[in-house]
Amino acid sequence: MAELTIGVFSSLVGSTTLASAVKIAEAAMEKGHKVNFWTSGNATALAKKGQKKFQDYNFLQDKILELIEKGMEFTICEACAQARGMLKEDSHEQMKRAAMDWYLAKGFGSDRMLHIGGE
Amino acid sequence: MGVINLAFVIQRPPYKQENSTLGYTHAIASQTAEIHLEDGDSVTASLILVGDGVLTCVNNQKAMENYGLSSLESHFMNALLVDNRCVICKEDLERFGITEDRIPDATAMGADMEPEIKTWDEIQAELDKADHLLFV
Repeated sequence: MAELTIGVFSSLVGSTTLASAVKIAEAAMEKGHKVNFWTSGNATALAKKGQKKFQDYNFLQDKILELIEKGMEFTICEACAQARGMLKEDSHEQMKRAAMDWYLAKGFGSDRMLHIGGE
Repeated sequence: MGVINLAFVIQRPPYKQENSTLGYTHAIASQTAEIHLEDGDSVTASLILVGDGVLTCVNNQKAMENYGLSSLESHFMNALLVDNRCVICKEDLERFGITEDRIPDATAMGADMEPEIKTWDEIQAELDKADHLLFV
């Protein structure tokens, strides 16, 4: 089993990049790998509670909660979230918040880091 | 016990989008990554500026005056101050007509690290040495 850390800056809505990153995380976990998932910038919207499912927009909330339940570590950039008015109580309690150093430290133990900048 | 080197490859312009800023702030955060690691383990971060990314380090940026934001120039200098290596692509500087005297250093702030202007071939060698590449 390997450890993969994925970091993403892309938006939840307005880009399909974040959805692709979540699919990669899921595929890696299905193969038995450990996955850490970090979001910064607009990608922090992924942790927002109360997302509504529409067919024309990405809806990843349930999938992320499912992957967390299966052992994925999911952390959002606290400063990026707060800059967007998203406080701790606005996100699910299973979703951690941390400073950017958390992500860099994950690089230490990871076999691979997959970083996806924003659009 | 060991050191892992992360190379952030900044390839986008300084403003209009957030990627370049986040690349710098993440690299600077390497300073405190040790709090999450075992004793003796550490993470270092380098910044590799290529393509439009070389525009992020040009001097005399007026981001605070125009946008009310910290400039990427100040992030660049802070990165040097906290010992992040900052490597700039020589060919891309030349494409933009940016001369070496437009690249600030942070020695006046007390930085030991100085900007490194390298050819693309040299940068390729730098990328080969990194443990993880992060394209921003």
